[in-house]
Amino acid sequence: MNFPLQDFIATSTAHPWTYVLFGLIGFAFGFTLEMSGFGNSRKLAAQFYFTDLTVLKVMFTAIVTAMVLTFGAAGLGILNFSQVWVNPTYLSSGILGGLIMGVGFIVGGFCPTTSLAAASTGKVDGMFFVFGGFFGAFLFSETEKFFDNWYTNAGYYGRLTLDQVFHLPIGVVVLLVVLMALFMFWGAEQLERIFGKKDLTKEPKLRVAGAVALVVLALAVVFIGTPSLEEKYNKLTFTRTESIPQLNADPIVNTYTYSADQMLEKRLVQIAPAELFKTVYSQNINLIMLDVRPESDFNLYHIKGAINVSLDKLPAIIPDLLSEPPANSVFVLMSNDETAATEAWKQLSASTVPNVYILEGGVNNWIAFFGKDESFQPAASIGTDQLGYIFPAALGSKYGSCDPNPVNYEELEFEAKIKLQFKRDKSGGGCG
Amino acid sequence: MTTAPVIKKNIFNRPERPYVNPYLGGVVLGIILFLALFLTGNGLGSSGGTTRLVAFIEDQINPAHVDRTPYLLKMAGGDKDPLDDWIIPVFFGALLGGFTSGTLFGRTKLETTKGPNVTNQTRWLMAFLGGTIFLYGARMARGCTSGQALTGGATLAAGSWAIMFSIFAGAYALAYFVRKLWN
Repeated sequence: MNFPLQDFIATSTAHPWTYVLFGLIGFAFGFTLEMSGFGNSRKLAAQFYFTDLTVLKVMFTAIVTAMVLTFGAAGLGILNFSQVWVNPTYLSSGILGGLIMGVGFIVGGFCPTTSLAAASTGKVDGMFFVFGGFFGAFLFSETEKFFDNWYTNAGYYGRLTLDQVFHLPIGVVVLLVVLMALFMFWGAEQLERIFGKKDLTKEPKLRVAGAVALVVLALAVVFIGTPSLEEKYNKLTFTRTESIPQLNADPIVNTYTYSADQMLEKRLVQIAPAELFKTVYSQNINLIMLDVRPESDFNLYHIKGAINVSLDKLPAIIPDLLSEPPANSVFVLMSNDETAATEAWKQLSASTVPNVYILEGGVNNWIAFFGKDESFQPAASIGTDQLGYIFPAALGSKYGSCDPNPVNYEELEFEAKIKLQFKRDKSGGGCG
Repeated sequence: MTTAPVIKKNIFNRPERPYVNPYLGGVVLGIILFLALFLTGNGLGSSGGTTRLVAFIEDQINPAHVDRTPYLLKMAGGDKDPLDDWIIPVFFGALLGGFTSGTLFGRTKLETTKGPNVTNQTRWLMAFLGGTIFLYGARMARGCTSGQALTGGATLAAGSWAIMFSIFAGAYALAYFVRKLWN
């Protein structure tokens, strides 16, 4: 089984259990916060006067625990991390919003979830915070239009994780965060001793054993590493449904599950030039054409709108492809025939980029289909994945067939192979 | 005395129990967060729920206004139901969970938690003001302490770590000036 469970990524009336599961998660969340003392604003505010650092201890223990388990499960290949919501980075609005939240925290004495725990246990100040929160969310939705451009674009880095920032293996980052947290806990206890007059000898000894266990687990995450692309590729599954119409009855729907290699063999991901052309003009699809040929070939001839990314540069742009909004992005790969494009398809699919297809027969086939009238001179002999025509000048996408006129191709027949695979709606995740 | 208050007394006047050790609370919270990420791919959150509830109310009162406001349009424009999102059951689940824990351990009672030198009215006003400011910031940062600091912290999201440190920075920077509220 692959985690996270596809049916549970969003609430859906088709799967009523999703509401129960998310409700249970919320219940456990609220229960734990109240149990840890987060329903009491004085306890929360004490964090900022160094007398009681419960906030920091609970938060960072939770973060490192969840982090070690998450990356451990991802390293073992049980959890598909690219299907896990990672808050996209918007540095400018994030930092300013964070500072504003800090002000709200010390003035109001709560954060949104802790105010729920407070309000539900009869704390009047918690109720006022919740009402204030509604007003604040209302104010934001009414004023966002004045800085929409800044809010949407400033400091946007998409799906960016700390290992990418520091160019370290993810396991090493996990270990460093654990060590940093342990150092902070030590510091927090010293502060409580000095400012809060707390007797540290009364603290349970078990916490030291917990710290050791955490470091051991983090070391295990370093040791496990991350599954190789090949391992991920072999685990891929694709589903295709086939609907057989019945006389006077509902059609029979058959669902098939294929491995990645089967998808290639059965040619379910190789789309005809005609389908690609239709997709360019589709309102429902955000098409991204990736031309993986060498730059020299790309300069000689390429389909209008295609982006040149050579095979060796492909891994670097995968994070951008994964965070490509909105939910209906389709990626079409092309090389001169299909060799390099197929290699690229394997890489992208293994990295769980959804909706990746290959241009059938590559650019050569495109020219053969749309460039009939331009009488390009065929190359005398061509090897694997080489351009099949001779171009006297590097005109890029300035040939007519690079951007065929849709009026001339209104009636095109092809086997439609693009099936939009479910992809999480990025705007719905996290708190946002 | 009638029976009703007696029952009430039995449920709500349980002996007040101390809070659990923060590290233990943290480990439990971490496991819940991990399970949420592992099973659903989503983390924890709540401020998104507040926003969606606001969008829902505005959509009942003035749907045309919602369709003209870009921020609300994404959640409640046209036929979209702003309440059809995972964060809504999490939001109400958290309310119920907090209530259950508080009641079980004898901490559910009508009271105001505040510093010793302020009146209830001041505390209420400040709580309302703080809630307003906090949620404004949370929407700007696309998530609060739960959705960004906790969830993004655990998934090592770069922006979430920046937000987490900004929250602490903002609160510490102002703490001295509002110390009368709490001490």
